Amino acid sequence: MNKHITPALSRRAFVIGTAAAGAGLAVGLDIPFGGPTVVRAADGSPEVNVWVVIRPDDTVVIRIARSEMGQGTLTGLAQLVAEELECDWSKVTTEYPTPGQSVARKRAWGDFSTGGSRGIRTSQDYVRKGGATARMMLVQAAANEWTVPVSECTAANSTITHTPSGKKTTYGKVVEAAAKLSPPADADVKLKDPKDWKIAGKSVLRLDTADKTTGKMMYGIDVKLPGMLNAALKDCPVFGGKLKSYDEAKVMGMKGVKKVVRVNDSTVAVVADTWWHAKTALDALPIVWDEGENAKVSSESIAKWLTEGLDNSQPAFIGNQNGDAKAAIAGAAKKIEAVYNYPYQNHAAMEPLNATALYTPDKCEVWTGTQNGEAAFAAVMETSGLPADKCEVHKLILGGGFGRRGMTDYVRQAVSIAKQMPGTPIKLLWSREDDMQHGTYHPVTQCKLTGAFDKDNNLTALHVRISGQSILFTVRPAALVNGMDTAAFQGLAPTGDWAIGYSFPNLLVEHSMRNPHVPPGFWRGVNVNQNAIYLECFIDELAHSVGEDPVAFRRKLMGKHPKHLAVLNAVAEKVGWDKPPPKGVYRGICQHMGYGSYVAGAAEISVTDGNKIKVHRIVASTDPGHVVNPAQIERQIAGSFVYGLSALFYGNCTVKDGRIEQSNFDTYNSMRIAEMPKVESVIVPSGGFWGGVGEPTICVAAPAVLNAYFAATGKRIRSVPLKDQDISFA
Amino acid sequence: MANLTINGKSINVEVEDDTPLLWAIRENVGLTGTKYGCGIAQCGACTIHIDGVAMRSCGVTVSEAVGKQITTIEGLAASDGALHKVQQAWIKNDVPQCGYCQTGMIMAVAALLKDKPKPTDKDIDETITNICRCGTFQQVREAIHAAANA
Repeated sequence: MNKHITPALSRRAFVIGTAAAGAGLAVGLDIPFGGPTVVRAADGSPEVNVWVVIRPDDTVVIRIARSEMGQGTLTGLAQLVAEELECDWSKVTTEYPTPGQSVARKRAWGDFSTGGSRGIRTSQDYVRKGGATARMMLVQAAANEWTVPVSECTAANSTITHTPSGKKTTYGKVVEAAAKLSPPADADVKLKDPKDWKIAGKSVLRLDTADKTTGKMMYGIDVKLPGMLNAALKDCPVFGGKLKSYDEAKVMGMKGVKKVVRVNDSTVAVVADTWWHAKTALDALPIVWDEGENAKVSSESIAKWLTEGLDNSQPAFIGNQNGDAKAAIAGAAKKIEAVYNYPYQNHAAMEPLNATALYTPDKCEVWTGTQNGEAAFAAVMETSGLPADKCEVHKLILGGGFGRRGMTDYVRQAVSIAKQMPGTPIKLLWSREDDMQHGTYHPVTQCKLTGAFDKDNNLTALHVRISGQSILFTVRPAALVNGMDTAAFQGLAPTGDWAIGYSFPNLLVEHSMRNPHVPPGFWRGVNVNQNAIYLECFIDELAHSVGEDPVAFRRKLMGKHPKHLAVLNAVAEKVGWDKPPPKGVYRGICQHMGYGSYVAGAAEISVTDGNKIKVHRIVASTDPGHVVNPAQIERQIAGSFVYGLSALFYGNCTVKDGRIEQSNFDTYNSMRIAEMPKVESVIVPSGGFWGGVGEPTICVAAPAVLNAYFAATGKRIRSVPLKDQDISFA
Repeated sequence: MANLTINGKSINVEVEDDTPLLWAIRENVGLTGTKYGCGIAQCGACTIHIDGVAMRSCGVTVSEAVGKQITTIEGLAASDGALHKVQQAWIKNDVPQCGYCQTGMIMAVAALLKDKPKPTDKDIDETITNICRCGTFQQVREAIHAAANA
């Protein structure tokens, strides 16, 4: 018998056992002394541990703490647990634990945050251990029942076999006994070598597809509760402005209207029987705003302020440096300089923001799509004023997130409204216009790049000077390092998950921080999106300035960056860089790093009349270390080009009179299928690390196309989006 | 009040005549597979069939829909529950990501295949103009051809 798994006969044994399993797995239940306790799922089925519930009919329920928003994390995490559990994949289903349950169990499920392409890479270790631990307990339970040594038993496909006798049983038959065992010590839990994976690493179909094809899938916007009312709101159009007054008497008699409420300092809401009635009344509600000083701000005034930050005399944070770039540039035989810029952009997830809240003095519950269950939970506690044990968040599948649903503004608003109508569930839904004009935008920056060559055309220095907005300054000020936003240097950093892929004799990368009043946020890809354009288009400029091939020029700088180079080479080979493209077709190429993954991309385009671009073909490569589901990675890569090229061609939220001018998809466009190029993925996992997947490849979309546009036309575009340069899809 | 025929059933809805059909379907009838995305007939998330033609239900009023055959995603499968070939192709090709736009996309594609059983890529480009922010277009195209050849 495995000495590490013994029936939990005392509270002491239980606590030791769970503590040894590591913080991520600690169940920490308040169990009665003297007897085994089984934690049960809502349907009465026993938990083997927090990650695994098995029903008597052998159905395996895998708990997923991270949020599913289309990126496939739910399926990927289930694959990792199932791999170690050795269960029958066809019997796997999933469920979300709630943040309230997790808090009550000492954060049994760890971090719920689903951003930064972390869903799999930062939980893979403890969820795999969860699956392995559960398997060991199930096998032990069978061995105990047969009174045979556990070493003689094996598990596969949800079946346990006693090899010498050929006796078999299934997980569903031993789960009750297994759930009463203490888990093994952490040190005894051995994870498989990924090369032995049978479920993980394979392109299994997603687990959440069927209901998405029939209309059965329940998103936050679809929540229905008995007696529920609906709310529509208006927030001051100028960020930072205030709600001065409103005349509710004008709308209280309108059909279906129940109440008009002040949501917070800047927001008013109408509550009605249906959302359409609420919205209709809201549009008729006279509202007076105090727009404040910010009403004077425009895109032009912001741009002017940012341009001032490009001047070396202005203070700046240094994110990466070696040698003396300024001196090398001053003494250069040849100097190349260019200024780029990147605008505000909206996430525009297809499902407008929403949350449903039910408040009573004893309990506050919220149903919503969130990328961060625990942050939403904290927002419910804070806004309701109730303690943790009286709050709960029920997570639903997200109709897109892209970073926007990591914020909690809409959750707070829903609770604030519900708190003013105790006992009545309130579904708050933003209109698309609210969503466009009250986003947390991709930050605005400009960048001046200077390259220096000696008389033999050897690159001697690069100076990258970014001026513009910091996300962390507003969203997570505690994360600033002596005032510096290290995330501003994503893809330009010396080492780590965001490392630059080149070595320069002299390098200076700096950020002059300027924070306009428009709220910034994490926008799928975040700062690698613009940093990749700045660096990779400028490297292209430098290569052309000395008459060198852009790939050959890069390779000379990449000798000490073999993983960056490997993805660049993979793309160059797949696209056929060494052979000329078809007649009339031009190529651009680039590479970058983000979220711990190495990525490269190439575009083949043709240009008509100098300004109509047809993107024929994209080749993109990633090395994310390990691959959990190749088909889902291919979909993330292809999808990231839709997001990235939509941003390149169309994405601009302009500021006038302190507010965002664009209000819907007619003024903030998104790519359609007719504009979609063929995307070929080259996935080259090199092992030994876990990089992200959902975001990194977005950043190579724009520079690949912009570099191809230069190859086609000789014209360098340094400003996004292309629509503002009179360039469109063909 | 208006009498609507939705998925073959006659339903009375207590709404004003100018209520967008989308909101009557979602809030009054309670069929939530039809999604709100923009409200201005740009994104296609609310696509339904009216007398067999793909329409964006946010741009149609209830009064305009009276007397017509309305089909929503919930009514696309056969009466015995067998999924429509487009739904089957969507599952087989693992098309949806977040899935929010997909019911509208599927309704648009089902209407396309009714008109053009073997659509070319050009037909698809001209007809399927729904927005998908996750960017499922590559799989959408593959699944359309798969459904056409099923």
